[in-house]
Amino acid sequence: MSVPENLRYSKSHEWVRIDGDTATVGITDHAQEELGDVALIQLPEVGRILLADGAFGEIESIKAVSELYSPVGGEVVAINEALEEAPETVNNDPYGDGWLIKLKVASPADADVLLDAAGYNALLEES
Amino acid sequence: MSKQLGEPLLFELSRPGRKAVELPVSDVPDAPLADLLAAADFRDDLPLPELAEPDVIRHYTHLSQRNYSIDSGFYPLGSCTMKYNPKINEEAARLPGFARLHPATPPRLAQGAMRVLYDMQHILAEIGGMDACSLQPAAGAHGELLGLMLIKAYHEDHGNGAIKDTILTPDAAHGTNPASAARCGYRTAAVKSHSRGRVDIDHLRSLLNERVAGIMLTNPNTLGLFEDNIDQIAELVHGVGGLLYCDGANMNALVGRARPGDMGFDVMHFNLHKTFSTPHGGGGPGSGPVAVKKALIPYLPSGLVAKTADGAYTFEKPGPLSIGSVAAGFGSFMVILRAYVYILTYGREKISRIAENAVLNANYLRMRLGKDLDVAYNELCMHECIFTAKRQQKAYGVKAYDIAKRLMDYGYHPPTIYFPLIVHEALMIEPTETESRETLDAFVEAMQAILTEARETPELLSAAPVTTPVRRLDEATAARHPCLRWSCDVSDGANDA
Repeated sequence: MSVPENLRYSKSHEWVRIDGDTATVGITDHAQEELGDVALIQLPEVGRILLADGAFGEIESIKAVSELYSPVGGEVVAINEALEEAPETVNNDPYGDGWLIKLKVASPADADVLLDAAGYNALLEES
Repeated sequence: MSKQLGEPLLFELSRPGRKAVELPVSDVPDAPLADLLAAADFRDDLPLPELAEPDVIRHYTHLSQRNYSIDSGFYPLGSCTMKYNPKINEEAARLPGFARLHPATPPRLAQGAMRVLYDMQHILAEIGGMDACSLQPAAGAHGELLGLMLIKAYHEDHGNGAIKDTILTPDAAHGTNPASAARCGYRTAAVKSHSRGRVDIDHLRSLLNERVAGIMLTNPNTLGLFEDNIDQIAELVHGVGGLLYCDGANMNALVGRARPGDMGFDVMHFNLHKTFSTPHGGGGPGSGPVAVKKALIPYLPSGLVAKTADGAYTFEKPGPLSIGSVAAGFGSFMVILRAYVYILTYGREKISRIAENAVLNANYLRMRLGKDLDVAYNELCMHECIFTAKRQQKAYGVKAYDIAKRLMDYGYHPPTIYFPLIVHEALMIEPTETESRETLDAFVEAMQAILTEARETPELLSAAPVTTPVRRLDEATAARHPCLRWSCDVSDGANDA
């Protein structure tokens, strides 16, 4: 199970990458593995304001429908539109082309309270 | 698809001009269609299949022969209570007095059928520990919706309609619970389960306030466990003016032994097609009667049957607070009739054997199968038991999905998998009371053989099923790019994909 060192993680299995004031959010390799083949992803509209831990969409696999939560708050500045045609990208490349949304964050330091790779690995060990 | 099935589609069997019936010459005057319908309603491109009667009969017979049913084998589909449907139910349903009765027959000419409805209202209310029952809802989820509409009508009538906007559901609830609540206009909040798989009372307390209109609970819950804090839950929810809804999907664990009404529930539905052995799914229709405590009786829908002083059965005129009608007439009569026969076949003295044997069978599987497959919450279970293939997944890369598929090669219908959502790699097994010890033993042996394969030859599981008319289906592509209807525009090759 891949858990890149340079990302931060939520307990609900999303990852976030902070780049200046932009946060990119996706689901982890563990999450896509647990979900199984992803069939449909509902993402918010650009411009929507999200609170930290707020639900921003749904992901449907052949097993179940799950809510997506944003690990950090901010304004949605981009969504990964390619996922509409090819939702399997989330399974194939969860940390790369399978990203979900990009947010403009007011205080990037908010991400510091999230789990780091070691913390997320520990969470996976427990479950 | 059609080639894999070895059974052509009706469209592929079609030959121009072939037909099954010759309509007689019309004896009413012809009128040009253009005089009867607007031009926009015409289409001449509707390619309906043209077939002779034997083509149609053989097509559907071939398909039916590939069906798996409770009449052909063990069907441990958790939460669905796939018990055997006794044929005496069908005998009664085929009596001409019932089978040929027109739904619009005046009640005075259909007193036998009226009595069935009247008796069932009372029998179900008594089994549920409730005071009255509407037979109108056409399915379990329809019953949930009616139950919530009654809760809403109650709060509105008591002047709390505006403030009470929240329905609580456990995180392990059937998906229909929050869906029904949302459909009824409520916001929903999920109550967490604690480490023993029951409602976390502390978390429940933190969610309780004057906005809570009610809580929907399944007891036993979807983990097959009895909510042993139900008294306390009822007290807490009633304490903020909320009502308790019992999702009766798991009544097979209780029938004749314990009553939701005695546990503090105010309203509940029954799934006649589960607990009371009427046909499921395509063999339906379903039926989801809703029973209520006294306080909710004024809001019940129309279609209730009453008995007059001289012993005649009539339809009650709904009162001023009735929410109206939630279905045509009085519900799925032929389903209600089958359930009535089933209940009377057991009778008051023996009906508790349903629950006793359902619980016994589930615990027998838990103890025997639990040696090889981990039980998610390993304690005395009710009518079903949740196993987890987490260990097999970690050790051999074999998932619950693979085990379920492999069971088909051993001749069994797979159990429910990946539900409840809070159990990883869940296999939800509900044997029901109708299975013998020999059947359960044979099933355990098949599961043991599969778990040995998981360890020694996992590739057998990832390739399964291999003995079915179609092999493993590409469910992801089916969900991502659904092909929902035949199209004459698609070439043969594409249609077969």
